[in-house]
Amino acid sequence: MEFNDFVHSTGQWLMGTGTNANIVMSSRIRLARNLVKKPFPNKARKKDLVDIMGMIQDTIAQNDYFKNSLFVKISELDNVDKQFLIERHLMSHEHAANPEGKALVVSKEEVLSVMINEEDHMRIQVLKSGFDLDETWKIADTIDDSLAQKLDFAYSGSWGYLTACPTNTGTAMRGSVMLHLPALVMTKQISKVLNAISKLNFASRGFYGEGTQASGNFYQISNQVSMGHSEQDVIQNIRGLICQVIEQEEQARQALILQNRPVLEDKIFRSYGVLKNAHIISSQETVELLSMVRVGIDLNIIKNVDRHAINELFLMIQPAHLQKLDGKKLSSAERDTKRASLIREKLGG
Amino acid sequence: MMCDICGKKKATVHLTEIVDEQMSEMHLCEECARQKSVQMEQQFGLADLLAGLADFGKTAGGEAEKVDLQCPNCGMTYEEFRKFGRLGCSECYEAFKMYLTTLLKKIHGSNQHLGKMPVRMPQAEKKRIESLQELRNQLMQAIQMEDFEKAAHLRDKVREVEKLEKKENDKKEKKK
Repeated sequence: MEFNDFVHSTGQWLMGTGTNANIVMSSRIRLARNLVKKPFPNKARKKDLVDIMGMIQDTIAQNDYFKNSLFVKISELDNVDKQFLIERHLMSHEHAANPEGKALVVSKEEVLSVMINEEDHMRIQVLKSGFDLDETWKIADTIDDSLAQKLDFAYSGSWGYLTACPTNTGTAMRGSVMLHLPALVMTKQISKVLNAISKLNFASRGFYGEGTQASGNFYQISNQVSMGHSEQDVIQNIRGLICQVIEQEEQARQALILQNRPVLEDKIFRSYGVLKNAHIISSQETVELLSMVRVGIDLNIIKNVDRHAINELFLMIQPAHLQKLDGKKLSSAERDTKRASLIREKLGG
Repeated sequence: MMCDICGKKKATVHLTEIVDEQMSEMHLCEECARQKSVQMEQQFGLADLLAGLADFGKTAGGEAEKVDLQCPNCGMTYEEFRKFGRLGCSECYEAFKMYLTTLLKKIHGSNQHLGKMPVRMPQAEKKRIESLQELRNQLMQAIQMEDFEKAAHLRDKVREVEKLEKKENDKKEKKK
């Protein structure tokens, strides 16, 4: 698998398939694992980092689950490449910031990825389309077990998996679900919902994870606590919470249709019209309009566009993606033009 | 100039953001600026508050009590941990045990792990952890069901097993 193979494809998580795919974009499980007694990345010297990376690389190379995966050293990537991987939800800003001794492993469909030497020695991520935390967890659990056959993970009987930050100690697991909640935003109920979520010890974040703002009405909801509850219990709790949010969003969508269908249809078709016809468009505007088109597809108001195409556009129109597609650096103004032409091409405008 | 976000109102707030050495400017109306500032506040996650949480020696207005602990494996001091909120290696957990017990409870509401364990552990060790986890599970259920008599009984059992564990650990330490 080569880096440039990713440019013209997108990950499985954007397929728009699976349970509740109208509201749930994707489900994700992330496990933090560290090697026993080895210094955590924040404390490690360059030589330590390179040694640790080598040990993990060797193990992964012999592991069948990682067959045909891409292994890249972050220090060998330029800024556009790094931004490209961040936009794809395969690595964090922190991972890109100090690239020395760090690497990323990505499977072909991008369901499985591992950040090596981010905050912990390994951050294993399993990302799938739709609402299916159980299956996502099953995959993560299996991969974790297969890696533990070869690597000695830092673990204590009373405290579980030991991580660089005590907020992750225990199961060292975060489960998160990305939700598209345009109707809750339009009916101004979203802050109420997010407030309730934070009171229940869950975090909500934007499309791009920690520290990002919600855009395109996407919200990522994940567990905060990692000790005192088993992985299955945590997943069950997230599932219960997400089911309620889905129901609220469904109700809000129905309310919008019942109250004023023409206004909603107008908003959706205007968004579609702008996307199909614009010649210059910013990413912020695109994301807002795509969100409306997406809900239009969900409600069967827009009939001849499929959800997968719209999901892909959320990614393709980002700055680094446009530059990779064009094969050269683009200024902000050039990107706005390129973005508009890409959207017109994809939507047949 | 109109607001960059809503495009409807006049921009009165001018924001300069620097991300990865890239500077960007935003011109916002009052309402969008307020929303943006709420989002920026949310960026300070739990981890950033950790340094504060680890400061339990601190009395109101006074300086924190200096803790003179160092991890024998990686050399990290407790003071360093207190400052940055990140541990240096897996052995730090043992070195700073007495403080971490309280800290983990503050963060997670519990300082007892429930959940999976690495596949390659000695069978006896695995069984012992599993039975302890089972007891803790039952204890939590009993508390939830408000069956306090049963809970007290289970709590004593857990303590007993933990005491035994500690004795064995101490023996191992002495042998070293």
